[in-house]
Amino acid sequence: MKTISKGNRILVFLAAALMISAYFTPLWQISLWAPQYPEGLNMKIWIDQLSGDVNIINGVNHYIGMKHIGEEMFPEFSYLIYVFGFIIAVGFIAALTGKKFLLHGYFLLITFLGIGVIIDMHLWGYDYGHNLNSTAAIKVPGMAYQPPLIGYKELLNFLAYSGPDVGGWILMGSALLTILAIFFDWRSNRKKTALT
Amino acid sequence: MKKQFILVVGAVAALALNPGCKPKTAESAIAGDAASKVYVAPGEHDEFYNIVSGGFNGQMSVVGLPSGRVLKILPVFSVNPENGYGFSEESKPMLNTSNGFVPWDDLHHIAISQTKAEHDARWAFGNGNNTPRIARVDLTSFKTVEIIEIPNSAGNHSSPFITENTEYVVAGTRFSVPTGSDAKRDVPIASYKENFKGFISFIGVNQETGDMNLSFQIEAPPFNFDLARAGKNKSHGWFFFSTYNTEMAHTLLEVNASQKDKDFIMAVNWKKAEEYVKAGEGEKRPARYAHNKWNESTHMAESKILEEVLVLDPKILKDIVYFIPCPKSPHGTDTDPTGEYIIGSGKLAAIIPVFSFTKMLAAIQKQDFEGNIDGMPILKYESVLHGEVQKPGLGPLHTEFDGKGNAYTSMFVSSEIVKWNIETLQVLDRVPTFYSVGHLSIPGGPTGKPHGKYMVAYNKITKDRYLPTGPELAHSAQLYDITGDKMQLLLDFPTIGEPHYAESFPASLIKDRQVKFYPLEENNHPAALKGIADARVEKKGNEIHIYLTSIRSNFRPDNIEGVEVGNEVFFHMTNLEQDWDVPHGLAIKNANTAELLVMPGETATLKWIPNRPGIFPFYCTDFCSALHQEMQGYVRVSPKGSNLPLTFTTGE
Repeated sequence: MKTISKGNRILVFLAAALMISAYFTPLWQISLWAPQYPEGLNMKIWIDQLSGDVNIINGVNHYIGMKHIGEEMFPEFSYLIYVFGFIIAVGFIAALTGKKFLLHGYFLLITFLGIGVIIDMHLWGYDYGHNLNSTAAIKVPGMAYQPPLIGYKELLNFLAYSGPDVGGWILMGSALLTILAIFFDWRSNRKKTALT
Repeated sequence: MKKQFILVVGAVAALALNPGCKPKTAESAIAGDAASKVYVAPGEHDEFYNIVSGGFNGQMSVVGLPSGRVLKILPVFSVNPENGYGFSEESKPMLNTSNGFVPWDDLHHIAISQTKAEHDARWAFGNGNNTPRIARVDLTSFKTVEIIEIPNSAGNHSSPFITENTEYVVAGTRFSVPTGSDAKRDVPIASYKENFKGFISFIGVNQETGDMNLSFQIEAPPFNFDLARAGKNKSHGWFFFSTYNTEMAHTLLEVNASQKDKDFIMAVNWKKAEEYVKAGEGEKRPARYAHNKWNESTHMAESKILEEVLVLDPKILKDIVYFIPCPKSPHGTDTDPTGEYIIGSGKLAAIIPVFSFTKMLAAIQKQDFEGNIDGMPILKYESVLHGEVQKPGLGPLHTEFDGKGNAYTSMFVSSEIVKWNIETLQVLDRVPTFYSVGHLSIPGGPTGKPHGKYMVAYNKITKDRYLPTGPELAHSAQLYDITGDKMQLLLDFPTIGEPHYAESFPASLIKDRQVKFYPLEENNHPAALKGIADARVEKKGNEIHIYLTSIRSNFRPDNIEGVEVGNEVFFHMTNLEQDWDVPHGLAIKNANTAELLVMPGETATLKWIPNRPGIFPFYCTDFCSALHQEMQGYVRVSPKGSNLPLTFTTGE
């Protein structure tokens, strides 16, 4: 069984430990500004809940027939805590045992998680922005209200922003540490191969 | 490779975090010399009177433009303890209704009197939205001089819009309701379509005196009538009413009255209606409504209850009513200064339709109808349409005009005012409002001869515009310069109440016609005193009448004894001053009523029923002179049955 260096084990350990923050910090945020909301409306998405101006956003959006955003809308909230737990466990085991396949497994898991979250968010955004109540008071022909996946987008009188929140940035840091561990491991192996 | 990783991650982070990436939204910055454009130097006067509805305060505000200074709060439908309106015996009848004394209403819209489609500014009319009424204010005295109740109506929102020679002010009902006898009005709400009616009232205005009279009513379908505008110039003789809830829903209107792609603008040929009235085609129906008039000679109001209205049925009487389809629950309907164009602001629509009066007449001529409502023709949208303003903004509500071929439409949802060309329908400019503008007003804007120059936005949301004052905030207004191609924000100012519509006209129209005081010799109040020698106290059964004079700086009489607990004490106070700006006030300790503020030469009455013995001082509340603090008196109140002689003195 191939193993990784002590330094890389520490990196993986740190990466897995940082992921624990996902339980305590908001991961993603969506903000809206309008002329009458110069201060902006902000919704935070956590691992298992929503917070922020969700009710005000719902109030604004119901005129155009958008669905009522609520926690029941996201089945992800019921299982993401276990998905994260599993991945963190794999990370810790990789760090403790130093097994290289576990490091790679851990890296693959967070990669899939990242891709999965992006696809999931896109699908939700598409549905939220397109699947409008046919009895809505305001119907603008040809208009859809899909929020941006990341960055800014103008939607009628609103400017919408979507991007990582504190927890999201920490997770990216965690992923960066894992990538670094893999990179260092790959470089030391190459050196070893070159020496022999 | 490590560097590349860090660079990539860093770039992503920078992209997501960099505030510079946030697209620029509307800017609120003041450009150029805005301050000098709104500066009215001390001692100088504003250029325009701006008569502003007070909304839920039931009053009108008188504001000067361009300074935005409030000059007066003018009580109309709400009692005003500040000057005794609704508290003095003389003014109480002004607020009488078929349902008795109503101390409040919700005043939404202003109509300034016109001659030949231009402001003559003799009177300002205002609507009582809740207990349907129309009030007339005399603009020489800035006083409410007449209020007429509107029967068969509920939610008098589509009111008091005015014809170009002030022939009529109208009252379209927002809530359709069942009418007639008690039994006919006591019906299930679910029977809305069969039993509810939408009455439109035409209140005739006497060209000389301004006196109002409910000339006739039109029994229309049970839609919600929202706003209205008279035709003018070429369309004089017609009136246009916006309607919503043509779905005729009676529950959860937010959803159920927003379903149809098109509601209607109801075009009413009121000249034709007048012909039917003259020909005796109307039906006299029983009704009960109050008509209250203020008399400037006797300084008192009289309230009469009237018991009959004349109703025209447009289902039978042809050519009075036509329906123009108009997208998505139109709010404002406005006619341009030429009278050719009728603009419907579908508050939920993505375009603004502009209808042509000429095309409407042609379509009626050719009977180019797409259907009818109980025999009243529905015109074809395309046949009447001049064109649509594309992508104007969101939530169009109201349109005013500058007389230079441009229209200005307020956009509630996108919180902006959009300027567009009436002929070409091209959007020319847009400015943000702070926040969510409702009505807008341009001096002379609704007339055939707008003065342009300024535009005021009356906003529904204030938020952070001023120093915060807890949960309830003043409503904000913005003044714009509209003389150039681009609208320019000049001033942001707080308002009184909740302004809806407002009109402005040049101050020169009325500023030299103001009443300064009332000549004593013309005071025909039965309790008027012509001099201090007439001051006295009289007892009539349980009533005690104090005939009181006030002049700088004394009351006569000032010491009154012999009043008993439970007496009805009437202070009839005449202000003997004959000079401008010397009102005297009267307040009595513990009186369960407001003060009086009596203008020079006027007489007013305060009723007081003392409920315990003691000495009760009274004093002048308006700082009238250097010896204002000396302007006082005492009433001695003795227990019931004391039988003290009634005495009064001054100076002994």
